[in-house]
Amino acid sequence: MALNTLERERQRRERRTLAALLAPGLLWLTLFLALPLMIILAYSFMTNGPRGNIVWQFTLGNYIDLFTRSIYVNAYLRSIWISILTTLICLLLGYPLALFIVRQPPRWRTVLLFLVLIPFWTNFLVRIYAWQILLANNGLINGALSSLGLPPLTLLNTEGATLLGLVYGELPFMVLPIYAALDRFDFTLMEAAADLGASKRRAFWRVMLPMTMPGVAAGSVLVFIPTIGQFVVSELLGGAKVDYLGNLIQRLFLRSNPPNWPLGSAMAMAMMLALLVLILVYFRATTEENR
Amino acid sequence: MSTTNAVELRDVVKRFGDTVAVDHVSLEIRDGEFFSLLGPSGCGKTTTLRMIAGFEYPSSGSIAIHGREMATIPPHRRPVNTVFQSYALFPHMTVAQNVAFGLEMKRRPRDEIAVRVQEALEQVRLSAFADRRPRQLSGGQQQRVALARALINQPEVLLLDEPLGALDQKLRKELQLELKSLQRRVGITFIFVTHDQEEALTMSDRIAVMSQGKVLQIGSPTEIYERPTCRFVADFIGETNFIAGRVIENGANAATIETTDGLRLRGLTPRPVQVGEPAVLSIRPEKARLLAPSDARAGHAYALPVRVELVSYIGSDTRITVRLNDQRTFDVWEQNTLSTLDRDAYWQPGEPAVLVCPPDNALVLTE
Repeated sequence: MALNTLERERQRRERRTLAALLAPGLLWLTLFLALPLMIILAYSFMTNGPRGNIVWQFTLGNYIDLFTRSIYVNAYLRSIWISILTTLICLLLGYPLALFIVRQPPRWRTVLLFLVLIPFWTNFLVRIYAWQILLANNGLINGALSSLGLPPLTLLNTEGATLLGLVYGELPFMVLPIYAALDRFDFTLMEAAADLGASKRRAFWRVMLPMTMPGVAAGSVLVFIPTIGQFVVSELLGGAKVDYLGNLIQRLFLRSNPPNWPLGSAMAMAMMLALLVLILVYFRATTEENR
Repeated sequence: MSTTNAVELRDVVKRFGDTVAVDHVSLEIRDGEFFSLLGPSGCGKTTTLRMIAGFEYPSSGSIAIHGREMATIPPHRRPVNTVFQSYALFPHMTVAQNVAFGLEMKRRPRDEIAVRVQEALEQVRLSAFADRRPRQLSGGQQQRVALARALINQPEVLLLDEPLGALDQKLRKELQLELKSLQRRVGITFIFVTHDQEEALTMSDRIAVMSQGKVLQIGSPTEIYERPTCRFVADFIGETNFIAGRVIENGANAATIETTDGLRLRGLTPRPVQVGEPAVLSIRPEKARLLAPSDARAGHAYALPVRVELVSYIGSDTRITVRLNDQRTFDVWEQNTLSTLDRDAYWQPGEPAVLVCPPDNALVLTE
């Protein structure tokens, strides 16, 4: 009986310590994440006034617009499409790169990882402007072409430029988690697979890839999520010729006249929902197999 | 009986940068043989095994398996399988999937794979664990999965890289015998890499002792232990006493050495020695005898007066360290063939004694 009380007292004290440790973080998240989120969620069911003011009248109209009007549906699909493309290209470039780095002697590995990280030292916006200089009609690449007597190419303000910028910006986020997964991978397993009759290709598909899947999944999520909401790259390199989700949201909030916060909020919510599903799938993939 | 060797290495050299890992090694491993590569770590035994498996290619020299040249054959096309030191089981597959892997790579029909996997697991008594993941098994069980995964492919040669290294002593002993009887049963050539001389002696038909990339001696366990051809082998296999000197006389298969302090000792010469050459007399501690001064025959040619210094009773044996009159020590092991508590039946420190080194039990060896 006495032991029981003691035990309960100990548990209570533990709980109190836990609460004290969690409080600052929880407060932060409540104030700056949950609360704004609730506001956005509330806005998404409001009606937009004639001057862009919010009319406190419940409506599902924003969501209906979102899923019926082609301008929004297309932006949605286009964003998903370019995110899938970006993720795939990053994966195809990033996996071999990570594998190459892991197979180097330790000293070189550090140097190469460092090189992967170097772009982060410069502001992303500045780096995208640098791409503009490279790709512009009278930019560096076209300058080089014309000095060789070749006709100029339209590079800037194309969808290709958008994709290029996205892959460029997101590649390190793919390389690093895959590198971490490969670093933990025991390469003796590849010898074991070869020993049992597997060619390099089959050993990769049957052993190395499944075992580094958590890294691939983490990298893919890290690339996919920011890409789906991005608006900077498609604006600066794509020339804002077509609408992506991020561009639309940005416009609805800031640029259109009058602004339409409720519709923008609804778009943001729909995007979050889609991402949430994706993240759940990701956690499934990483926890079930290799933990 | 086929006359071609299971594995033949001809003058194989392997360099990694400036270091020579394997230095002109030639081996002929017979069909159905349990062959061990024995040596201290870094002696090149694992590199030799890896070249047979195909994970490394020789810098020069050639390797043939059943007469077939392996120079251009990648590991996945060689008729050998490996049991890795770390087992290298696939952690994301079940035990059954691990064992099935080799047959799947050979694209055998599903039904056949299922039947053979079951047989293979029965053979290593792991049928109950077919659906477990490797990490849910003990070290000994994992080792048996690795064995089943290799043997199911019916390789011409099975390569084992210190497969018992990670196991505790008792399990090791058990698995040594199990492995040996398994090898007899399946009749496959085993090439076994180990640094444990006792393990090699217990299991092998023949042993190659390696040091610094070179093969020093190849022979049966008895030959390696009883007739080592050089000082390193005598030292590495089992325990021995060395007395250093210079050869003063040599015969057909025996020689005499003289030490700096004037001792003259005679022993057999497994390899010819030259008069004047520096050499050691090697006598295993169980092959020397210790007599009470009163029992020693007067004027025995190879009897040396000594004093007992240390006595360790270890149950089956008593290990006695004696001091020769010139400050040398010498180990003698006596088997405790009598069961007695009588203190006088055992040697006591400080007692005078006579050490007898029969020339037939001693060897004169050079470097």
